[in-house]
Amino acid sequence: MVSDYRIQGEQGEYEVVIGLEVHAQVVSKAKLFSGAATAFGAEPNTQVSLVDAAMPGMLPVPNRECIRQAVRTGMAIEAKINKWSRFDRKNYFYADLPQGYQISQLYHPLVGEGEITVSPDEKNPDKTKTIGVERIHVEQDAGKLMHDQHPTKSYVDLNRSGVALMEIVSKPDMRSPAEAGAYIRKLRSILRYVGSCDGNMEEGSMRADVNVSVRKPGEEFGTRTETKNVNSVRFVMQVIEYEAQRQVEAIENGEAIVQETRLFDPNTGTTRTLRSKEDAHDYRYFPDPDLLPLELDDAFLEECRASLPELPDAKLKRYEDLGISAYNAAVLTAEVETAAWFDRLLATGAEAKDASNWVNSVLPGILNAKDVDFADPRNTPEASAEILAMVAKGEISKGQAKEVFDLYLDEGGSPADIVEKKGMKQTSDTGAIEAKVDEVLAANADKVAEFKAGKEALFGFFVGQTMKAMQGKANPQVVNEILKAKLSS
Amino acid sequence: MSGLTDKTIAELRDGFRSGEFTAVEIAEGFNEAVAASDRLNAYVEKTPELALEAARAADAAKASGDLKPLSGIPIGMKDLFATEGVLTSAGSKMLANFKPPYESTVSGNLKAAGAGMLGKLNMDEFAMGSSNETCAHGNVISPWRREGSNAALTPGGSSGGSAAAVAAGIAPGATGTDTGGSIRQPAAFTGICGIKPTYGRCSRWGIVSFASSLDQAGPMAKTVRDCAIMLGAMAGFDPKDSTSIDAPIPDWEAGLSSDLKGKRVGVPKEYRIDGVPGEIQKLWDQGLEWLRDAGAEPVEISLPHTKYALPTYYIIAPAEASSNLARYDGVRYGLREMVEGGGLHDMYKATRADGFGAEVKRRIMIGTYVLSAGFYDAYFTKAQKVRALIKEDFRKAFETCDLILTPTAPSAAFGLGEKMSDPLAMYLNDVFAVPASLAGLPAMSVPGGLDDAGLPLGLHLIGKEMDEQTVLNAGLAIEERAPKIDMPEKWW
Amino acid sequence: MSVTLDDVRHIANLARIAMSDEEAAKLLPELNNILGWVEQLGEVDTDGVEPLATVVDMAMRLREDEVTDGNCRDAVLSNAPDAEHGFFAVPKVIE
Repeated sequence: MVSDYRIQGEQGEYEVVIGLEVHAQVVSKAKLFSGAATAFGAEPNTQVSLVDAAMPGMLPVPNRECIRQAVRTGMAIEAKINKWSRFDRKNYFYADLPQGYQISQLYHPLVGEGEITVSPDEKNPDKTKTIGVERIHVEQDAGKLMHDQHPTKSYVDLNRSGVALMEIVSKPDMRSPAEAGAYIRKLRSILRYVGSCDGNMEEGSMRADVNVSVRKPGEEFGTRTETKNVNSVRFVMQVIEYEAQRQVEAIENGEAIVQETRLFDPNTGTTRTLRSKEDAHDYRYFPDPDLLPLELDDAFLEECRASLPELPDAKLKRYEDLGISAYNAAVLTAEVETAAWFDRLLATGAEAKDASNWVNSVLPGILNAKDVDFADPRNTPEASAEILAMVAKGEISKGQAKEVFDLYLDEGGSPADIVEKKGMKQTSDTGAIEAKVDEVLAANADKVAEFKAGKEALFGFFVGQTMKAMQGKANPQVVNEILKAKLSS
Repeated sequence: MSGLTDKTIAELRDGFRSGEFTAVEIAEGFNEAVAASDRLNAYVEKTPELALEAARAADAAKASGDLKPLSGIPIGMKDLFATEGVLTSAGSKMLANFKPPYESTVSGNLKAAGAGMLGKLNMDEFAMGSSNETCAHGNVISPWRREGSNAALTPGGSSGGSAAAVAAGIAPGATGTDTGGSIRQPAAFTGICGIKPTYGRCSRWGIVSFASSLDQAGPMAKTVRDCAIMLGAMAGFDPKDSTSIDAPIPDWEAGLSSDLKGKRVGVPKEYRIDGVPGEIQKLWDQGLEWLRDAGAEPVEISLPHTKYALPTYYIIAPAEASSNLARYDGVRYGLREMVEGGGLHDMYKATRADGFGAEVKRRIMIGTYVLSAGFYDAYFTKAQKVRALIKEDFRKAFETCDLILTPTAPSAAFGLGEKMSDPLAMYLNDVFAVPASLAGLPAMSVPGGLDDAGLPLGLHLIGKEMDEQTVLNAGLAIEERAPKIDMPEKWW
Repeated sequence: MSVTLDDVRHIANLARIAMSDEEAAKLLPELNNILGWVEQLGEVDTDGVEPLATVVDMAMRLREDEVTDGNCRDAVLSNAPDAEHGFFAVPKVIE
């Protein structure tokens, strides 16, 4: 799929080129190189070991689970897993970086090239584009600085310092804000399926560095800027829109684009230069001499692979093969919880297409109206399964299905009991229906004649009469069929 | 009790166990000697109460039959080892008031083995120096003097306080650390023994880092046996250090034997060609003779790349140091210098300018430069490649020999101030010591005798990876044959 | 290669060490002397040689994912030049 996103300048059209570096916090109990906890929201500096505070002589020892999660993530994007990798030090000074360097991986990352297939147009999920992933490496997070607690001081909290991150570096393959948004959503979905990152962008579990440049279509890549630490899909898209526009204007004004780090201001939707040029970074990467090369054996890799769940793309394909529409399948697979819920529903034997329509088109309306969350404990797949089964058996109509679910939310119990108790069950007993149809037709011989003479609108009348005779509990479809047969004979 | 401070660790241990004297008497004897040693400037922090506390525990342990390997032995601790609640300054103004809330693994192992601590020993700042002149606490003065001269001499470095303390009888043994000769060169300069074990034998956890891929702790003591005893207590696997080797620790003392039959001693031919001062060459030849006498067979070996060891070291060690010392930024501990109206980075710069001495700054600058953009491959990667060749040289050499003999240093101790103006001349002190550091091999200095001016000279033994025993045994063979060195008369 | 006074200032800035012009001028020949000396490594043929980062010939151990440390704020802050309300305090940072 070729993006047609263009910036219209005075001197022609420009294409935007986007690469994303996503920092995803690894799900683990302890930090990457220390035994301190990683939980969010603790009191300042309580989840800090002497290693995290970089006390003299303290040494790092890597956490197996963090490595395992990064490997599983790599496998999930079909990436090359490097059985031999190494940690390097990235040297720079900042108050949130206790060691004076970040332990990261530059020269030999854990995970090599992979790819992610995205659907930039949500309404047309069949239109996909494959975005290359350059690498995934594992590194330490920094601490946190607070600037608003004191008039002349900043406060340093090292609780985050040393928490494991995966840096997932894309190739510069994206060409529109929509593609970048789709990439992050898809990546987040995969991470959550794998269980390697909780994807919670509000708590900073996922942040993106957004690399943007512009060029006239077909020309060489332009100079890029990097906007750091953008923490929502919407903001990433805003950054791209703003930066592309800004760069085109600069170029058309004859200004050179400076390769620089920028900061996004969510309040204004703009970016600004973060660090001045004179402080140009020279990170002096070199292999961390406190650590040895990371070597993974086949058993470890095998366990990683075996523990991978069904991933979004595979699940989506399976749903489509079951006859679910591409759109529905895409919606159902986007969030791992929804997909797991839906799989439980399918496991009851529910018909896939009906089930997908129910979950995508019916259920949200009922839940919204009652302000009930999808994750609400009442909203079990089993309850939906009961309702869908009754519809399938013709015991209740689709219209009744909504009503039953609504009552179920209010009253609890089981949907089948509700139908029973409220006497909502409709019959598909053809003998009983046929007997009533015969009564109705016999009592309305004049109308039957009119119908046969061509007044087909009377069909609804017969249906109504039959339903009335059945006290509303006949399966309308069966009524229709029997009526059609009798009237045409 | 007089005379106790002249004894070796083994003699103190055995005398204490046989009831000849108590642990408290030992501790009091050394505490007194330490208190009267200020002119040497060997101790930066004295902890007589800790020595006594351990001694009382040792006496109690003896009564209850619960003795530990080092019960009754007080030792001196190089100020590079973090000691809980006790000043740990690494010889730097940067950490002038630093009291770690933790204990290094090695010092903790010694404590657990029953040893007491007399105090913290002076050293070159962050272990960077070969003369003990770079420390913030003022230099250590060697107890040794040239015959007929009162000129102050260096005890060597960086473990100069440790070396001087053992030589002066103000500690029966001391911990040292060795990155590029910092145990062996001062041992040689002061007529004592010191061994740097295989890299990974002693945990680095809690030792203030200089150059992580080279740093290794080891003991310094009067005799080879004492070194074997102390090393046995210091070494051991530590899961907190990723570079710690998970291997059993042999009973080195029990394994001591000066019978070297069947052992081949390698002598690198390149070293002979490169011109060694006459006195040193004579000692070297003599050392080889002693080893032959002990049953060993001399063989010529080739270490073609070791002549590049020193420049290789002076790229790798400063590079690692420049990064290891980045944590001294005035934020979480140590010195902080504020700049009126300045920001965070001004604070960093002022703190580091004031907190680090000239040699540390020089090495940080070199290290920063060789890692910087455009120079990384030409300097750092190149040095790492030469390091690989040097390690390979040793591997090949050890196919035809079991240990290697060289001098420890190219000269005896020099006068304080003599080499401070020329960093390169100072670096050359470690020319024989550095190759084993780069290859991570166990290496030891043992006294070989005195030079014409009456100053000690050391012989240097390098062993195969994990084969400290052969090194110690060869050291013992030399010790048994070399002229007995009388420790210097007390003038301080 | 030899470094210039500007290089010395640049490196000092990278290393965050304040340096007066006199200090930089004094350091310049020292650094060039040392760098000139280490350049003898250029004589060594290292084609095809893998750089050696560590002498320890073993794979790195990995620890289990267990919370075994932390929760020691007093120890962490005990040597701090400036600590307030459980935080380290530094001069205000303007981003």
